Amino acid sequence: MSEKIPVTVLTGYLGAGKTTLLNRMLTEPHGKKFAVIVNEFGEIVINNDLVVGADEEVFEMNNGCICCTMRGDLIRIIEGLMKRKGKFNAIIIETIGLADPAPVAQTFFVDEDISSKAQLDAVVTVVDARWLKEQLHDAPEAKNQIAFDDVIIINKTDLVTAEELADVERQVRSVNAYATIQKTTKSAVPLDAVLGKNAFDLDRILDIAPEFLEDVHGHHDTSVKSIAINIPGDIDPDKFMPWISEFTQKEGPNILRCKDIPSFKNEPKRFVFQGMRMILDGDLQREWKPDETRQSKMVFIGHKLNRAAIEQAVEAYRA
Amino acid sequence: MNDASQSLTTRVEPLKADAHIVLATFLNDEPTLVLTDGQILIGADRLTPHGENAILMASCDGTRLITGGDDGKIFLFNAKDSAIEAGNEKGRWIDALALGPSQSIAWSAGKKVIARDGRGQLKEWAAPSTAQGLAFAPKGYRLGIAHYNGASFWFPNTEGKPEFREWKGSHLDITFSDDGRFVVTSMQENTLHGWRLTDGKDMRMSGYPSKTRSFSWSHDGHWLATSGADAAVIWPFKDKDGPMGKAPRECGVRHAKVSSVAFHPRALVLAIGYEDGCILLCRLSDAAELLVRAAHKDDGKITSMTWDKTGARLIFGSENGAAGVLTLP
Repeated sequence: MSEKIPVTVLTGYLGAGKTTLLNRMLTEPHGKKFAVIVNEFGEIVINNDLVVGADEEVFEMNNGCICCTMRGDLIRIIEGLMKRKGKFNAIIIETIGLADPAPVAQTFFVDEDISSKAQLDAVVTVVDARWLKEQLHDAPEAKNQIAFDDVIIINKTDLVTAEELADVERQVRSVNAYATIQKTTKSAVPLDAVLGKNAFDLDRILDIAPEFLEDVHGHHDTSVKSIAINIPGDIDPDKFMPWISEFTQKEGPNILRCKDIPSFKNEPKRFVFQGMRMILDGDLQREWKPDETRQSKMVFIGHKLNRAAIEQAVEAYRA
Repeated sequence: MNDASQSLTTRVEPLKADAHIVLATFLNDEPTLVLTDGQILIGADRLTPHGENAILMASCDGTRLITGGDDGKIFLFNAKDSAIEAGNEKGRWIDALALGPSQSIAWSAGKKVIARDGRGQLKEWAAPSTAQGLAFAPKGYRLGIAHYNGASFWFPNTEGKPEFREWKGSHLDITFSDDGRFVVTSMQENTLHGWRLTDGKDMRMSGYPSKTRSFSWSHDGHWLATSGADAAVIWPFKDKDGPMGKAPRECGVRHAKVSSVAFHPRALVLAIGYEDGCILLCRLSDAAELLVRAAHKDDGKITSMTWDKTGARLIFGSENGAAGVLTLP
């Protein structure tokens, strides 16, 4: 089985600095040859040989799951690109600020032809430090987008005060406890902060500081939030698996993303789940290290999620 | 399958190609390969009308070949030395192509669908969403267009609005039965949908573990073979109700998905290509199988297979550039 092509989804409002970052990703030496899928074809100058215009056609899958949307145009474009092996070894998909990132990301999980050849590496959003607060306030979509991110680049930090910046960061954190945050000016982040993130490597969630999550409780705005759960010791997969699959089916419309590493009893390897909406994708990954504390960590990002109920359920499956 | 008498592997002559094969066919009896890297190999000749641009789509009816590239150009070949540029969508990818009666052709790029009649006259229609698949009806100048939430049927030479048949979901490829009574689409949702055109009755043909991307009608028009499962799934279309209420036949069950199917032009024998590079011939009457090509995982899936017009030779190509011609004893 050959390696899957990594896909970076790059989003951001107009003027946030997305194109600057994109051009840096394309021109700096890092040994990658990109195919770039853009939404405003021909309107911006992109320094790359392989640039494809997308139609942003969002389709609902007719499979009984109302929230299961995907991008039909992306399937066609990626199928076409995959016929040209050797011309590129990574893909960047640029989307506009207010586009719902879910259909783009879900395409890589729902379509088997695509998921067998390409893998979502990370969803990266560039935000303007000056405007984020207003955007989060005015547009609920902005919140959904932040909730979906793996990497959030707070750009133009030189144009706000230290206090304002801290406030922006707090707001981002209250929505998404999982993402890594980069603070910068002129989109000048190191590229290894955006490329090769391998969203499936969820080690990061093990390091989420609990205080971020406590913040959420005191925050008046609870429309989109992160819930992180940490259960020490092992849990019973025979009980947990049916629960998580039923939970995501039932709560799917409210879950934007979830990332879980349950420690399964008698399993030397770590099981890793990654989910969005009703879609749940899981696999055994590396072994638990001898000096590692076995524990089950889970992060759910979404609306109307009941922390106590989730905690209680998972607690009951302790082995 | 170890019995040499049941194997045709020694009768396969390999062909040299080194890119993803979009189409393996016979153009005027010459073995012809269309490659994504822009090369078109017709017999010993090598043509590159698209330059170094990729060829995404190609279709051939034995005497005409059309190719569509990511340069937005459409080339039409009647013989090997007469390529004409039939259309140019200026840098947009060509999503679908079709060859029709009386020298007509059609192509699409996004929502834009173009039909070009035998005299070179162009007609344009904007589909409600991207046109994913095109096929001409066997009679008359009528084009079937598969798109999101259904299929449309357009007479390019009439002013009227195309007839729309609705079925929720994303429709990919489209094919008409030889008698024009039925039309079948493959869908993103790993299923087929059919309409009986006489009364618009819906037919659902489901149970596939992956998408169907290859169709082939038997020479008598009674059977439709399809890819997408661990066997070729063959639906009966002889009766007036077509496959409604009937189970399909399965041929060539293996632990690998079928990626390409091609019915013999004179007998009820089906060539079945798999995702692991294997090819079998299967006779419908008794399900007897003959091995054409053993699995070669490195070759990738079989992407295209075509019989010549008498059924003496079968040409095939794979996603990693393996190709060859089988000559029957």
